[in-house]
Amino acid sequence: MQKNPIIKAEHLTFSYPGDSESKPVRALDDVSFEIEEGSFTAILGHNGSGKSTLAKLLCMVNYPDSGKLFLCGKDLTDPDVTDEDILAARRDIGMVFQNPDNQIVASIVEEDVAFGCENLGIPSAEIRKRVDQALEQVGMTKHARSSPHNLSGGQKQRIAIAGVIAMKRKCVIFDESTAMLDPLGRQDVMNTAMKLNREDGITVILITHYMSEAALADRIIVMDHGKILRDGTPSEVFSDPEAMWDAGLDVPQTTELLYKMRQAGLDVRLDLFDVNDCAAEIARAIKRARGGK
Amino acid sequence: MAVIELKNITFTYNKNTPSAVCALDHVSLKIDGAADGITGLIGHTGSGKSTLVQMLNGLLKPDEGQVILDGTDIWAEPKKIRDVRFKAGLVMQYPEYQLFAETVREDIAFGPKNMGLTGDELNTRVLEAAKFSGLAPELLDKSPFELSGGQKRRAALAGVMAMQPKILILDEPAAGLDPVGRRDILGGIRQYAGESSTTVIIVSHSMEDMAMYCDKLVVMADAKVLMHRTCAEVFSEYQELISVGLDVPQITRIAAALAENGADIGADIYTVDYAVKQLLKKL
Repeated sequence: MQKNPIIKAEHLTFSYPGDSESKPVRALDDVSFEIEEGSFTAILGHNGSGKSTLAKLLCMVNYPDSGKLFLCGKDLTDPDVTDEDILAARRDIGMVFQNPDNQIVASIVEEDVAFGCENLGIPSAEIRKRVDQALEQVGMTKHARSSPHNLSGGQKQRIAIAGVIAMKRKCVIFDESTAMLDPLGRQDVMNTAMKLNREDGITVILITHYMSEAALADRIIVMDHGKILRDGTPSEVFSDPEAMWDAGLDVPQTTELLYKMRQAGLDVRLDLFDVNDCAAEIARAIKRARGGK
Repeated sequence: MAVIELKNITFTYNKNTPSAVCALDHVSLKIDGAADGITGLIGHTGSGKSTLVQMLNGLLKPDEGQVILDGTDIWAEPKKIRDVRFKAGLVMQYPEYQLFAETVREDIAFGPKNMGLTGDELNTRVLEAAKFSGLAPELLDKSPFELSGGQKRRAALAGVMAMQPKILILDEPAAGLDPVGRRDILGGIRQYAGESSTTVIIVSHSMEDMAMYCDKLVVMADAKVLMHRTCAEVFSEYQELISVGLDVPQITRIAAALAENGADIGADIYTVDYAVKQLLKKL
């Protein structure tokens, strides 16, 4: 069955205004794409490539200069669109930011998770239900009454995610949400994002600088100079490491190793992102090469 | 002689209260400037890394034990602790948030000015620091807020380098930067360490970056120093690192999986190029 796009962008263009000393900066230049409902998309790009600008447009914090943007089928760039329409559309998209300490507002975990719902005017019995469920989904139930400042970075990010889930967002954008975390915390947040996507059908957009995280997505969009440079599955996008390096990006170490072994003449495929698959492929190829001698 | 020597340091937050947390538990550590190269400090959140770093420039005072920099106990004369802060420069996480002056030049000059430097000497310091941090001279008269994220990070770094500290400690200097930005800033720090005979300590959660840019690693776990060895030695203790909530570079895990698949290239693999070299020997 063809799924509906939850986000559809047509020729989006956006510039940050300049002033007397500097020229306007074009951050997005004629960008078109669709995001399927229930999909897991990673967005890669070097600093200043337009990733975060795109995220800000998708949750209507910034408004495009030209082009069309549809959220859940509603054209938000239509001249007749009302503030209510934009508010309603914004309620379908949630965002988790980079710094865990900048997005915790309450002094008790469950109050923090309830904060968004309270602002939406949801009845308190319903909030109770949603908060309990959201905490369960991110595996933080036993910390419901803790004080957030005693939690680790990864746990704080999970609280922020629970706040978004409690508001029943259809789509969650993670804007470098793992950048400040230790290895366990990163894994924590990635596992939670994947669980939300696989088990609860929430559309996930993951903006990241970690190639190994992007390799877990269904699809990768690579941004460069405000345009889409590549768009495809991780296998497709990472199969050309030179192009990624040229764009100031990287590939997972699995791919880098496979690529360098292939350049050295070993017959291996490149599209293996799992450590064990990668190792098995190389071991097999080495055995074959030695057998041939 | 060791540039940094910690002798049996113990530190507890909220001491004598029910919420007391021991952050450093009888920690001893010796770091020998030039001979040790760049030291990386790793550990899970709450392992005591940040507390340790704050000990080194006297922001925190140990409950027990001694902090000896260059042969001097920094708390021998508590009134002179300000001098220690010029000797051990600390670049915090996201230092660009601390930029405040009207121009980049003034911002970089702030530290050395407080040390009492003026005129040509001050100017030379600023220019040298800008050069070391990779900041183009034409950016010096701009407002720090006109710079890009990577340039702001460099400007903040230059502000600490301009004090010419004997010890430079950087907390997550590459966090939030893209792969090229990370390479530029970490590569720059490495070059600076080599040319300026500064003892450099980097704190980071990125095992891949640590493997690439550090010579020795200090591993902290549960308020203690678990290991203090070379990168190769530390990363070959794969299981132990995982057990204390850390990780190894992906390439180290690939090497372990290769061994299971009958292509053992040793446990001391921590960069892709070295793995390729070892694998090619198998052919």
